Amino acid sequence: MSTRSMLGLFQEPEPAADAMDGLKEAGFELGSFDVLTGVPYPEGAFGEHVPQHRLFRFPVFGAIIGFTLAIFLTAVTQLAYPVVTGGKPILSLFAMLIIMYEMTMLAAVISSVVGIIFESRLPNMKPGIYDPRITEGWIGVVVTFDDDSRIADAESVFNKAGALEIKHAS
Amino acid sequence: MQQRRPLDQVYTNRKLLNGQLDTPRWWLPTVSILGVLVLIGIGVIAIMVNKGLGVTGLSRPVFWGLFITTFVFWVGISHAGIMISAILRLTQAEWRRPVTRAAELLTVFSLLTALVFPLIHAGRPWRIAYWITPYDLGRGIYPNIRSPLIWDPVAIGTYLTGSTLFLYVALLPDLGNLRDRTTGWRNSLYTVLALGWRGNPRQWKLQTVGGILLSALMLPIFVSVHSIVSWDFAVVPAVEGWHSTIFAPYFVIGAIHSGVSAVVTMMALMRWLWKWDDFIRPEHFDALARLLIVVATAWLGFTFLELIFAVYGQDAPEIALREMQMFQWPWNMLFIIFLLCAYLIPVPMWLFKRVRTNIALMFWTSILVNIGMWLERFLIIVPGLSRRTPFVYVWDSYRPSAVEWTILIWSFCWVTFLMLLFSKFFPLVPLFEQKESQVFTDDVMIGRARVPAIIREAD
Repeated sequence: MSTRSMLGLFQEPEPAADAMDGLKEAGFELGSFDVLTGVPYPEGAFGEHVPQHRLFRFPVFGAIIGFTLAIFLTAVTQLAYPVVTGGKPILSLFAMLIIMYEMTMLAAVISSVVGIIFESRLPNMKPGIYDPRITEGWIGVVVTFDDDSRIADAESVFNKAGALEIKHAS
Repeated sequence: MQQRRPLDQVYTNRKLLNGQLDTPRWWLPTVSILGVLVLIGIGVIAIMVNKGLGVTGLSRPVFWGLFITTFVFWVGISHAGIMISAILRLTQAEWRRPVTRAAELLTVFSLLTALVFPLIHAGRPWRIAYWITPYDLGRGIYPNIRSPLIWDPVAIGTYLTGSTLFLYVALLPDLGNLRDRTTGWRNSLYTVLALGWRGNPRQWKLQTVGGILLSALMLPIFVSVHSIVSWDFAVVPAVEGWHSTIFAPYFVIGAIHSGVSAVVTMMALMRWLWKWDDFIRPEHFDALARLLIVVATAWLGFTFLELIFAVYGQDAPEIALREMQMFQWPWNMLFIIFLLCAYLIPVPMWLFKRVRTNIALMFWTSILVNIGMWLERFLIIVPGLSRRTPFVYVWDSYRPSAVEWTILIWSFCWVTFLMLLFSKFFPLVPLFEQKESQVFTDDVMIGRARVPAIIREAD
């Protein structure tokens, strides 16, 4: 039994939303079908499952790592080569704060970008069935299943919703 | 905001990808000429590194001249990106859409250029490594984190890395679009860079939320960078005209003034060169000019404050410096040009809608602002050093040499060259943002008036 994918192409959001509803009603598992668009539509526009993410944890962890590294770079290096200047303390807190701030923010930004890519499920080097017209305004509804007997069900849903074209891939 | 006309997505793709899918006639000759100029500039830099700083006009007591002025200038220009992109994203300003990518790009390339100046200014650039990296672990010698000259590369490095990543993340949907429209090696390149982008709801959600998160993170960095650059001067108590507590906000607001003006210059060029009249419209220039009036006036307030705080104390050396800056030749001439260019000519003009929506006038006034803002940095940095002070027995007036002027011109050619090179491979206007604006805008009838309305999701 091989995994099959089917892509129904629509030009308007309504029929694409009907296809999504139809797939749900036909018993396709949540997560086995998705909608592909060239622009960000409002959440739930196609009746799709609203994706959850944990993006906001990434900058927090990144900031903690950056702050720790910054303490190491600033405090430890000054203590490792302790030059007393003008009778002042070895650790110069104001100067340390500047470096610590920048390094904390840098690590938070880098980890946020890692988070955006990771939570977007990228990189995805086998993206599956697709059509370039999606970035020209068409809307694709893609469904994946293992059971060959479901081909007819999916096709029927797409046809009923008014798909302009149906593409298959295995 | 009533100038929009409905555009379909195929047309948007064709128009906004015209730089990548076709090569405009002017592109190759322009890039070739700029390439030659860039090579000449690199050659001059190489001569300077070989011969030493003696080929510049730098001499005791003025060791910070054109290079450091230009460094501060380019860091200032770089503030356009985050100011425009992050603030407008966070406030969901509709007119941001054609502006953000170009602004972010300007940030990245101007920062890259700014970094060159302290490097070559050092005379022996390879020794910069001694400042910023632990270079002798055996003897435990580390960078002196108490020096503003270390704060600078750390802050600029953070800003550059963050801006580049910000730019890349926002490019992902457009890279997917380019992958769909290309063949051969270009298709392979965009396929790799797009990371398998498909445009499902999860990816769009992360694109939206991620954009806002990165904007929120980049804003404090943006404020810190020019503050730290200002501290290169403000923490030096020995030089009058430098040691000021308001330098950080003064530099930040000045950077926004010059950066947003640079975005206006760039937008006008983009509209003319790529014929993007449907996307970069007079209403965008109008909005930018309104923003500039506020920013420029705030900046003028800081200029006045800086001056008043300096002279109010009646400190003799400070008074002497201000007299020199404003009343002695040639500084007085530069001071007048600076004020005229940075405020007195452009801002009163921008008060008129006819000017704000006239792209040619906006282009020239934005260039005036940046001439003025470059002079502002020059007038902050050089007079303080060149004023004759007690116990200094060797001094000379600073005259930038041909080498310094060539390298200054090189920096402009270099940034333009990089921008044009980028435009050959990546879109300068975010396509998905333009399309989103089209999909979520509709005309509604209010009485007998047809008014464009934006449909926005409730948070």
